[in-house]
Amino acid sequence: MTDAVTVTDLVVDRGRRRVLPGLSCTVPAGRVTGLLGPSGSGKTTLMRALVGVQQVRSGTVTVLGEPAGSPGLRSRVGYVTQAPSVYPDLTVRENARHFAALYGRGARAADDALEAVGLTGAAGQLVADLSGGQRGRASLACALVGEPELLVLDEPTVGLDPVLRVELWERFHALAAAGTTLVVSSHVMDEAGRCDRLLLLRQGRLLADSTPAQLRADSGTDDLEESFLRLVRAQQEVDASGQGREHRREERARSGASRGSEQVSRA
Amino acid sequence: MSTATAVLSPRLTAATTGRVLRQLRHDHRTIAMMVLLPSLLLGLLYLLWRDVPAPPGQPGVFDRVGLTMLGVFPFVVMFLVTSIAMLRERTSGTLERLLTTPLSRLDLLLGYGAAFGLAAAVQAVVTVTVATTLYDLDVAGSLWLVVLIAVVDAVLGVALGLLASAFARSEFQAVQFMPVVVLPQFFLCGLLVPREQMAGWLQAVSDVLPLTYAVEALQEVGRSAAETGTMWTDVGVVAGAAVLALALAAATLRRRTS
Repeated sequence: MTDAVTVTDLVVDRGRRRVLPGLSCTVPAGRVTGLLGPSGSGKTTLMRALVGVQQVRSGTVTVLGEPAGSPGLRSRVGYVTQAPSVYPDLTVRENARHFAALYGRGARAADDALEAVGLTGAAGQLVADLSGGQRGRASLACALVGEPELLVLDEPTVGLDPVLRVELWERFHALAAAGTTLVVSSHVMDEAGRCDRLLLLRQGRLLADSTPAQLRADSGTDDLEESFLRLVRAQQEVDASGQGREHRREERARSGASRGSEQVSRA
Repeated sequence: MSTATAVLSPRLTAATTGRVLRQLRHDHRTIAMMVLLPSLLLGLLYLLWRDVPAPPGQPGVFDRVGLTMLGVFPFVVMFLVTSIAMLRERTSGTLERLLTTPLSRLDLLLGYGAAFGLAAAVQAVVTVTVATTLYDLDVAGSLWLVVLIAVVDAVLGVALGLLASAFARSEFQAVQFMPVVVLPQFFLCGLLVPREQMAGWLQAVSDVLPLTYAVEALQEVGRSAAETGTMWTDVGVVAGAAVLALALAAATLRRRTS
């Protein structure tokens, strides 16, 4: 299996905060890779680096064989931001057609993309008049319309009802089956089970690079949320003992205990 | 499959122009204001000066001021509209998204310039028609030249608006760039005080402000039936300033942000 994305020692600062302190990971081609982790773990920053709009301090990101953000990649990579980035003062169809035009596609491709996200019935409506979930799907359609080889989706299912969410995940797998590589971020662990591959991020570090089945087996529980929490706790113990050694040796036991209890964050 | 992004693609520029005009089309009140407001304001000036006698041997005040306002309106309106539109692109995430597509920065900026330039052309045709028929505005030269100068002024407004939006973090800031950019140019363009009567250093400042040349071009069309070289030089200066502002605006558009 080839990799669509290779990230090596990626360091990203946002403001004075180091968001990614040296991340390395790969994304397999033609699969749905889930990017999971609590809010603030660096998911969006990593996705922005993949599509080439993030200033990086050091490290390399290679996408489909080219450096991320290369001009040649712009028709091959689609990106959907977390907040729907479509024009509220255009209709759904006009939005889709505009992005179709930018990718060199016609009106037909725009209509197909709208059908794929179930918005054909709302095609004539202004985006400003749509519900939050519909707006998100309009934004998704504007990326699907370019039929990119790599699709980077930042929390695409937020605010969707369960039926639509299942339909979208089926759509993602259909795209993957046709050869598209998908990177989908989520902070909802029940979606993790739908991914072919999982990258678990916490505080900009890769906590696990695995599959849902492997993760369940490793942690000895069927509940992926529980698996993730166990990984987090194990990591915290490692962090805490490491810090204790660096700082005050005699306080190691106490600081380890307090850090552990303070920082158990729900995914 | 992989097509490298060209510096400029007429197709993508046109797509942007079409998109901006479609956004405008959905906003009926903005269209109405864009098309009618200059005519109404000009009417107010007409009524203001109608009964003021002109000095002997000189054109009436309305003929002088009204004509130059035909260049000032599109400049001000398009500056404001563009700086807000571009700020919305920046804050809503659509700009970031556009920059991940094959659209080049120049396509985006020229697309905006063409869209609002077309809107300005419609505005200018309406305003010139109303001014010359209802308000008896006296223009010695071709009315099409007046329209042309109005459009070039509008494009200058668009270009400066695109540039100004880069320095505004909020809409409150963006609208306040209007007095900063527009009023000094208006004060010093020669309309309030003839340029020859200004202090030397003010005249020097006036020399580097593009609106000065726009106003001079309109004054040339107003008093001379034949096209003058000064007029064409002035139009060239305004157009050059617009191109310079667009280039600077392109430099402020960064694909990668922190």
